[in-house]
Amino acid sequence: MNSNINMSNEEYSTYVESKAKKSPIFKNIVWAFLVGGLICTIGQLITNLFLSWGFSKDDATMVCTISLIFLGAFLTAINVYSKIGQHAGAGSIIPITGFSNSVVAPAIEFKTEGYVLGLGANMFKIAGPVLVYGITSSVFVGLIYWIIKLFM
Amino acid sequence: MKIGKQTIKLENTPKILQTSSIVGPKETQGPLSQYFDKHIDDIFFGETTFEKAESKFMKTCIDNLLSKVPTLPENIDYIFAGDLLNQCICSGYCIRDLNIPFFGLYGACSTFCESLSLASTFINAGYAQKCIAATSSHFCSAERQFRMPLEHGNQKSPTAQCTVTASGSAIVVPKDVGTQGPLITHITPGKIIDMGITDMTNMGAAMAPAAFNTIMTHLQDTQRSANYYDIIATGDLGVLGSEILVDLFNKEGIDLNGIHADCGALIYNHDKQDTHCGGSGCGCMASVFSGYFFDQLKSKKINKILIVATGALMSPLSIQQGESIPGIAHAVAIENEV
Repeated sequence: MNSNINMSNEEYSTYVESKAKKSPIFKNIVWAFLVGGLICTIGQLITNLFLSWGFSKDDATMVCTISLIFLGAFLTAINVYSKIGQHAGAGSIIPITGFSNSVVAPAIEFKTEGYVLGLGANMFKIAGPVLVYGITSSVFVGLIYWIIKLFM
Repeated sequence: MKIGKQTIKLENTPKILQTSSIVGPKETQGPLSQYFDKHIDDIFFGETTFEKAESKFMKTCIDNLLSKVPTLPENIDYIFAGDLLNQCICSGYCIRDLNIPFFGLYGACSTFCESLSLASTFINAGYAQKCIAATSSHFCSAERQFRMPLEHGNQKSPTAQCTVTASGSAIVVPKDVGTQGPLITHITPGKIIDMGITDMTNMGAAMAPAAFNTIMTHLQDTQRSANYYDIIATGDLGVLGSEILVDLFNKEGIDLNGIHADCGALIYNHDKQDTHCGGSGCGCMASVFSGYFFDQLKSKKINKILIVATGALMSPLSIQQGESIPGIAHAVAIENEV
């Protein structure tokens, strides 16, 4: 009898990998496609609706964005968005409703630590990195675009 | 008396006089529901924060224990308690109101066996006449400390476990006090074993080697074979961790099938309750032992049990810094007088 496992860390981790149940990737992809597609279709419907009411294209897309952000926040507050997310995964994380969810969820959660150091400080806990790297990379892409424009 | 490498034989065999358990809504829907003393439907338990709710779970559990004995808080010599929250605030705030000398413990999910070990050594040595061992965990307070906000729409890994909302406690007394009850005969405090697992959503795999090491050492030190016990119950290895443990024993030529049970795997109905690999947390072994196994011991359906609470000693900070997950397991042998 030996109380030590005769395995190196690498061997153990390969063994665990072979034993662990894998994420159902195909099922997840189908769900993500359907739910992500549905959210985008709803967005398109809102845009088309406002276009048909005589809004300009810029205004109609803005109204669409605002509506989807509201929808994401509303569904988060009534404990529905997390349930959608369990099945849809990236399908509900990537669209703007997911961004809204990632701001509202910590806001609800950290309200118990007060409005300033709780809600205020933690609201962008998940969305913060997206903003930091999203804005930084958009600045770089903008610079590249500007340089290319100089020579064309 | 220390025997072998790291086991302590309690020659005065302290007795577990009584236990108490309380569970939250999800555990109430699980298959062991009928064995728990109290069932709470409201995850907030009437409080304004999850941390306060967890404290109230533990407080209600200890109050229930005292009323079952029955005894008063001033008759308790020492209490050994712990939970998962930073600085063990759940236990601290709970025991603040009890006026009992308090040892705050942290062994992650292994805390129940740690507190039961220390309580029984105090009784064995004659330093105390009544000691309480208690632990708790709460799904929501654990999620916010270790994982994502509750309302965030993410997907869980198939190897993930669900922190149990529950508290369990036991009162330990010298053998000759009170009515007949199961005796604590040996304790085997565990060593930290780290096999380099870094995935926080696969704690079963991180803790299984520690459970293996502690159980194996216990069997060597006491010169017992695995089937000496009716049940060897691990705390929260979950479905995957349990399979790994059985595999590791198979390699040593020991068949644990039919002997091994895991509290995390027992407490939920995984397919219906979407709990993936099962339950986890300090409250898991505490409630399942205090509720289910203690009942089985009392009714003599089982007579010899080795409970092995397993813990993962990491924090979100250490994981973000790229550290692996250190596992630990403590074993307590509990036997009926026959």
